[in-house]
Amino acid sequence: METLIVNVLLTGLAVVVVAMALQRNLFGVVVLSGIYSFLMATALVALDAVDVAMTEAAVGAGVSTVLLLGALHLFSSMEAKPLHRPLLPLVIALGMGAVLAYGILGLPSFSDPQAPIHVHVAPVYLSSVMRETGVPNVVTAVLASYRGYDTLGETVVVFTAGAGVIALLRRRKRLKEKDK
Amino acid sequence: MKDDIILRVAAKIVMPFMLLFGLYVQFHGDFGPGGGFQAGVIAAAAIVFYGLIFGLDAARRLVPDRLVEALVALGVLIYAGVGIAGLLLGGAYLDYFVLDAHDTVHGQHRGIFWVEAGVGITVSAVMLKLFYMFAGRGQKE
Amino acid sequence: MSGFWGHYTYFVTVFLMVAGLYILIARGNLLKKLIGLSVFQTSVYLLYIAPGKLVGATAPILADGYAVYSNPLPHVLILTAIVVGVATLALGLAIAVRIRDAYGTIEEDEILERDRSEPDADAEPLARPERS
Repeated sequence: METLIVNVLLTGLAVVVVAMALQRNLFGVVVLSGIYSFLMATALVALDAVDVAMTEAAVGAGVSTVLLLGALHLFSSMEAKPLHRPLLPLVIALGMGAVLAYGILGLPSFSDPQAPIHVHVAPVYLSSVMRETGVPNVVTAVLASYRGYDTLGETVVVFTAGAGVIALLRRRKRLKEKDK
Repeated sequence: MKDDIILRVAAKIVMPFMLLFGLYVQFHGDFGPGGGFQAGVIAAAAIVFYGLIFGLDAARRLVPDRLVEALVALGVLIYAGVGIAGLLLGGAYLDYFVLDAHDTVHGQHRGIFWVEAGVGITVSAVMLKLFYMFAGRGQKE
Repeated sequence: MSGFWGHYTYFVTVFLMVAGLYILIARGNLLKKLIGLSVFQTSVYLLYIAPGKLVGATAPILADGYAVYSNPLPHVLILTAIVVGVATLALGLAIAVRIRDAYGTIEEDEILERDRSEPDADAEPLARPERS
């Protein structure tokens, strides 16, 4: 039953992406990307990734949609018709898809308890988290304590993005007056 | 949108709950889903919501640009500062065990608390600054 | 179960990845390219999290009464990846806004045409920081 729910949600995601590729009105594309993020967050809850689902819903469906709409306000709202049919990208995409599909048949089946991912590091974390950190949310404990360096790097990435956008979009009032 | 009375009243009622939910998600990240990232985005969303209804200038008066830029840097400093504190108290960088003299688990709690606070501050300030920059770009000077 | 239905989640992940890649390389509009890039990134999140799921297990928050938990390690990696993804999107959009100011359009064909026909035209100079 859980597998059926996950599969239905993922099929919905695939349908939304196809609609996104075919849609030429940019406002429609932005709304579809918001729908995509919400469906992805629901699929993540069905896959037991509750922290990730909350982050995807807040960041993907919230902040991303706001930023895209804020940028869309500054652009024209229709995508231009392509000058030539994009055959080469389609061939590349289908070829890559075929190779990847052939490769993933070698992965363990969905929800296989003997898969290597469940056997090595994860049981160590799950068994020692309460004893060493006393924090029941294993994801927070691993994120902030066991893998704290990665989170430091990631915070610096967020800071860099903020600094970069400030540098790119800061108003240049005095420059305009000097030029004209 | 600030002329519409329904939107104005609804925004004033909902915004404190959004901020409160952001604080809840931040500090209960240890016991349920949540943590610094989610809380930062929810808190920024509350101010963005205020800005959408009452105008960008009202949001800029509520949370000034200088404050947001200072908070962007402050979160990273707090995170790095926790690491330095670990160094000063005798352990390695970002070692939480040494943060409490008597109880290593309590030291972990302290470390995780401050680290998540730093992350939450930076993420909320950056998301809010992004909104200010993109929305402010569209305004005619 | 194995075979097609046992790997259905991976097949959908590959489809999303390829569709995102197609949108990224086949469309000329910069905004649509960025959205295709974000679709590509979110498909990778699925690729990491789907193998960690165990049917009948619960979310990785320790509580009494539950013995089996889904794997927490991919969740940690993907939390970071999501925030990095939105950072990339924000910077990409900022560059697209500046390109719009310089060229007047965000269609790749028109930008390349403009570059080819007037290679040294006065594009808007880089911003100097405000002294405020």
